[in-house]
Amino acid sequence: MAFEYAPAPESRSVVDIAPSYGLFVDGEFRPAEDGKVFKTVSPSSEEVLSEVAQAGQSDVDAAVRAARKAFEKWSALPGAERAKYLFRIARIIQERSRELAVLESLDNGKPIRESRDADLPLVAAHFFYYAGWADKLGHAGFGSDPKPLGVAGQVIPWNFPLLMLAWKIAPALACGNTVVLKPAETTPLSALFFADICRQAGLPKGVVNILTGDGSTGAALVAHPDVNKVAFTGSTEVGKAIARTVAGTEKKLTLELGGKAANIVFEDAPIDQAVEGIVNGIFFNQGHVCCAGSRLLVQESVQDELLEALKRRMSTLRVGDPLDKNTDIGAINSAEQLARIKSLADSGEAEGAERWAPRCELPSTGYWFAPTLFTGVTQAHRIAREEIFGPVLSVLTFRTPAEAVEKANNTPYGLSAGIWTEKGSRILWMADKLRAGVVWANTFNKFDPTSPFGGYKESGFGREGGRHGLEAYLNV
Amino acid sequence: MSESRLGVFKTYKLFVGGKFPRSESGRVYEVTDPKGNWLANAPLASRKDARDAVVAARKAFGGWSGATAYNRGQILYRIAEMLEGRREQFVREVAEAEGLSRSKAAAVVDAAVDRWVWYAGWTDKIGQIAGAANPVAGPYFNLSTTEPTGVVAVLAPQESSFLGLVSVLAPVIATGNTAVVVTSERSPLPALSLGEVLATSDLPGGVVNVLSGKAAEMGPHLAAHGDVNAIDLTGADAELATALETAAADNLKRVLRPRDEDWSAEPGTDRLLAFLETKTVWHPIGV
Repeated sequence: MAFEYAPAPESRSVVDIAPSYGLFVDGEFRPAEDGKVFKTVSPSSEEVLSEVAQAGQSDVDAAVRAARKAFEKWSALPGAERAKYLFRIARIIQERSRELAVLESLDNGKPIRESRDADLPLVAAHFFYYAGWADKLGHAGFGSDPKPLGVAGQVIPWNFPLLMLAWKIAPALACGNTVVLKPAETTPLSALFFADICRQAGLPKGVVNILTGDGSTGAALVAHPDVNKVAFTGSTEVGKAIARTVAGTEKKLTLELGGKAANIVFEDAPIDQAVEGIVNGIFFNQGHVCCAGSRLLVQESVQDELLEALKRRMSTLRVGDPLDKNTDIGAINSAEQLARIKSLADSGEAEGAERWAPRCELPSTGYWFAPTLFTGVTQAHRIAREEIFGPVLSVLTFRTPAEAVEKANNTPYGLSAGIWTEKGSRILWMADKLRAGVVWANTFNKFDPTSPFGGYKESGFGREGGRHGLEAYLNV
Repeated sequence: MSESRLGVFKTYKLFVGGKFPRSESGRVYEVTDPKGNWLANAPLASRKDARDAVVAARKAFGGWSGATAYNRGQILYRIAEMLEGRREQFVREVAEAEGLSRSKAAAVVDAAVDRWVWYAGWTDKIGQIAGAANPVAGPYFNLSTTEPTGVVAVLAPQESSFLGLVSVLAPVIATGNTAVVVTSERSPLPALSLGEVLATSDLPGGVVNVLSGKAAEMGPHLAAHGDVNAIDLTGADAELATALETAAADNLKRVLRPRDEDWSAEPGTDRLLAFLETKTVWHPIGV
């Protein structure tokens, strides 16, 4: 007897999206100076959610000017007072978390189960954590009286819109900087709601400025001569362009870029737990995760057993309405991203890997991609080398721990890695050898505000989270 | 020394992979003291020498980064010992190279010896300062530790040819990185002689590679090299530094920009931290 899931949608009525939004500059919403706007759509329905302003050069100038003006007082405020603003923000986020979770799922396409249970709790926790640092910076190991840098220009991606905002804004403000933040073009709404939270918290005007726009807005922001700090999360390609832009300036730079993480399963691993970890590693957030475990390295002796269990588990994944509480995999964020995933998956087949996906019905409107795995993948295949940023897993095999390390490190990236084995000494040996900034052993995709996150090699530099995350926003 | 005895000159050579090769290009350039008196012909290292040095540094990285911090500390201390033993030679070379009085040169050499000692003591402590046990909100063990970035290209300061060079080199290798260092162009001789000290200090070959010549010639190749992980631009002028930082973006090298330096001051931990990565390991806690 087959059980069917009845629809269990989260109510949309908790969120009230205005038909249009301006830029948030100097504490006020205002249209772009040249009046340009663009639409943001829900990737699960292609419904237009709202129209937002496209910030141009003069808007960037105005926002940086506002942030500069606000910096003087904000940086001079006692740390304990800055802390209280951030604690207020953390509390208001908690109060409004259901509204923000629904909004995030609408604008981004991620399942409500994740926006509600992962994104929003982490957003509030991040502000709460860094709030507490604001009056303790002299104890952070950067000298007795470290100073803020000034105006931070921050550009964030679409995969965790509000969480990436929190990772950027919370430490910046705690350290006494003011910010101009540009959310991603396809997911501007939660940052604009955050602007309203700043208003509710009574944050002084100009301390946080939000500029919506496309890549040109971000480029103008990071190139602005009066920005002292640039922080970017996104693709390695854009990260390199930004590194070139800031070369020869005094701007401090941190980059959190792409990844192609190996998730390594040894023959002694608990298979059921490993399968859950593999699924979480690559299908969490539709695989739109820079630290996704997108290369499964499985020890040859357990390949058949593991793949059978993995396929069985993948067959139970529910793809569909992001607002349905039973949904595991939501919508791909944009048509453009869907096209990129399709093209890379097609290259996997063309290069000789074997493609498998469970039977699943995809909705007729919106952007969707079934959870997919490739076997018979070699290290030369594009699907083993390039970041797909979608629900596509490439499976490779190994025989010895040394071979696993060799293959895992055979990538220009170095953001994260996973290890599954019951043997403690092997975990520590592997963790030592893997050239990656975050190593999850017998778990995957865990995040916490106290835990530094960031990459080796071409996955970028600098750390976000923890005591380490303060360094990016202090003159040290 | 009898007046009739002719002194024996030293042929200054590069230090690459633990050996002392001439430049593969066969080129040398004239090195003089600040008054223009000839001191020696130094190798004018080429792009190929720089590439060879990177290969040697990469080869040495696994062993050096995998050595215990205690072991690295003892080797750095051994460098100080060897340098102290050759103090007279370095005082003379620094005095000639930088046009200093004997007493001022002696102070520079003493400071350089002491700098090796300072960094020798840091090797097994920096991880305790820079690492962290993170109290995550869940049943997980979570530990952040430091690891060396990899192969670091170092453009040593142009003016402070010895103390400056030691001050930028020692922190790079103290943490387990390997180095390709380009000496002061005008005053390369103390740095080249340092190679002889390094070679007799139990430092594995390739951990430090010393190239004399032009930062403007080798810098672009090192900055663009795909197997170099980081670059210290201390010895570059503003224009060169901008060009090299731009080139370094191709593989996202960690870049230490030039800044005002006082080589006589206590160094602090900045240069140790500049070429360290933070790795955070999670593991569930359970029975």
